[in-house]
Amino acid sequence: MDRRELLRAIAALTGCAFVGAERIFAAAPDSAVYTPAQVALLDEIAETILPRTDTPGAKDAQVGAYIARYSAACYNPTDLAVLRAGLGDVDVRSYKAHGTDFIRCTGKQKEMLLVDIDAEAKRHAREAADRHAQPPHWFTLCKQLTLMSFFTSEAGATRVARYRPVPGPYKGVVPYKGEPFWAW
Amino acid sequence: MQTHYDAIVIGSGISGGWAAKELCDRGLKTLVLERGRDVQHIKDYPTMSLRRWDMDLRGENPRSTSEANPLISRAAGYDATTKHFFIKDEDHPYVQEKPFLWVRGYQVGGKSLIWGRACARWSPMDFEAPKRLGYGIPWPIGYDDVAPWYGHVEKFIGVCGSKEGIATMPDGEYLPAYELNAVEQHLQKTLKEKFGRHYISGRWAHITEAQEIHRKQGRATCQNRNLCMRGCPFGGYFSSNASTLPWAQKTGNLSVRPFSVVHSIIYDEATQQASGVKVIDANTHEELVFKAKVVFVNASALNSTLVLLNSTSKRFPNGLGNDHGVLGKYVGFHNYRAGMSAEIEGFEDSYYEVYKPAESIIPNFRNVDKQDADFLGGYVIFSGASRRLIDDNDAQGETIGAKYKQAISRPGKWTAYMYMQGETLPNASNHVRLSPDKKDPWGIPQLVISVGYDDNAERMVRDFLGEGRKMLEAAGFTNVNANDNHWPPGLDIHEMGGARMGTDPKTSMLNAHNQMHLCKNVFVTDGACMTSTGSQSPSILYMALTARAANYAAEQLKKHGRIV
Repeated sequence: MDRRELLRAIAALTGCAFVGAERIFAAAPDSAVYTPAQVALLDEIAETILPRTDTPGAKDAQVGAYIARYSAACYNPTDLAVLRAGLGDVDVRSYKAHGTDFIRCTGKQKEMLLVDIDAEAKRHAREAADRHAQPPHWFTLCKQLTLMSFFTSEAGATRVARYRPVPGPYKGVVPYKGEPFWAW
Repeated sequence: MQTHYDAIVIGSGISGGWAAKELCDRGLKTLVLERGRDVQHIKDYPTMSLRRWDMDLRGENPRSTSEANPLISRAAGYDATTKHFFIKDEDHPYVQEKPFLWVRGYQVGGKSLIWGRACARWSPMDFEAPKRLGYGIPWPIGYDDVAPWYGHVEKFIGVCGSKEGIATMPDGEYLPAYELNAVEQHLQKTLKEKFGRHYISGRWAHITEAQEIHRKQGRATCQNRNLCMRGCPFGGYFSSNASTLPWAQKTGNLSVRPFSVVHSIIYDEATQQASGVKVIDANTHEELVFKAKVVFVNASALNSTLVLLNSTSKRFPNGLGNDHGVLGKYVGFHNYRAGMSAEIEGFEDSYYEVYKPAESIIPNFRNVDKQDADFLGGYVIFSGASRRLIDDNDAQGETIGAKYKQAISRPGKWTAYMYMQGETLPNASNHVRLSPDKKDPWGIPQLVISVGYDDNAERMVRDFLGEGRKMLEAAGFTNVNANDNHWPPGLDIHEMGGARMGTDPKTSMLNAHNQMHLCKNVFVTDGACMTSTGSQSPSILYMALTARAANYAAEQLKKHGRIV
């Protein structure tokens, strides 16, 4: 919803629908800062978070390339560095746990690694008394970017969420029986 | 080039468009001067139908845009899909004596393309309060003077809303209201039962059911795409571009001149009236003069004040009609400092389809009949409830993988938000003036803005923070996250005053018809005219006052051949 009043409210209240949106105002370099291998790794992480099932997954939505483009253009240098360092760290942990880099792990191994890292990221967020005082955990950024990229992609918005470009009449109350949300 | 007109309107935004429509409808050859470029309805809405994935950054701006525009990029609604309807910071300098983020949209249609669209009426009490409670000069008009013009405007632009019979927010001529969702209905019930307060569907400038008058404008029923500020191909919400300007064009009486920066209004000592307007062409910097029998000043509150301040003559060395130094003073705005959000359990069997472009409103409940708070003035609360999206707390303990994907793509827990829109008091110290040395690129003095919060505003913020929490908690909400954003004024985009109306020419600039006390053929009918700010969104009041003044002016011209 893009209304002036609501945007005001969202900014005033939560300060962050997405970390990226909030941190958009700081400075950083411009240019492609990711190698093809890093984009492939982003794709692999994103696909592990949101795999293809009977509906499209993150790779179908080219989430890795979009995360790279978006974070390079919109992130501040601190967050960008945190995110990129995290990509290095995921391979280190993958080697330690499974003797190979993340991209070569089995699906189950990838999922287990990210479940652990996600728990760590959530602990980090809870412990950070002031979220603005220290950088967020890289996986918090990575997961938010994955979700945002996915649900604003055509595949994510139209085939996983529900999307109506021209909705027509609005209904305030409709019964809910487990359907996906409305893409925005 | 034609240089003589019956009427000149300075500005093409929400009030300028209305001046043009009414004056043209009354048969007056009217010139609208707009400092920015032309924006034709539909043709010049380049992003109106883009889907997120059609855009490089899905509609967000790159950091470089925000870095280059630290001020305007903070405006609500400013993103890659709308930024062409906002100025660029570097093009339009001004001086912030106190922090004031001045949001401007310089194009035909002005900020009517990107406005918030809330359209509640003022109540009789709102007009009476400054005098009754002693915090301002009396308004020279009351609710009854404006009520028929509210109706006139509502019918034409299309305003949705429900009839409620609430004294603090009178009913108007409304199209069907947006339905409240399940949790909004719960809030409505709770507020009524436990507080005796109202929670109703917002009155918004959307055509929820197109009438003949809207079809005549080429506008259709709002399709609830929620992409309003890009410009609407259906004309579903009101803007000058979709409505008043094309309407005026069809009369054959309208001329619009874009790229026309108004330097000043020319005062004629002999007639003791304005003879016309001096313009600097924005591109060529050529100086031009246009003449008319009547001038409407609708450049937006602070720019209208700037034009008047810069309209100096032997008779008025301190600005047009400014014998007393009131011009530029008593600038008000709306206090949007605080908001809150909260969660509520339950209602999981209910959703909505799809999103509505309007909010709910809680009309002012403070200082209505008598002083009952530790501050002066009132505030309204905007609110809404929705199901949270993409929050791991709603993912049933899943964090990664197929089950997570299933859970995270479902609507989550219900949440609601509230934020305040508060009246600010008319303080002489809140003022604007011309810089003695700094000029803009057209050689016009830059505006110095010296506007800030007072203690009253601080007390009002505290009251809202307490009341909002009380209401949410009474309705069963938890995790109330309340916040004073400490925004500088300006971001509210509701700047008002500078050339206020009043009964006494010694303390005001304009009379009951928005006519300058000391220069009768100049009318100021945008936010600059406001005697007090009230707590309701002001745009529709500007439209109503403009229509009223324009018809008064047209009547005078018909009767006397000139304004008297």
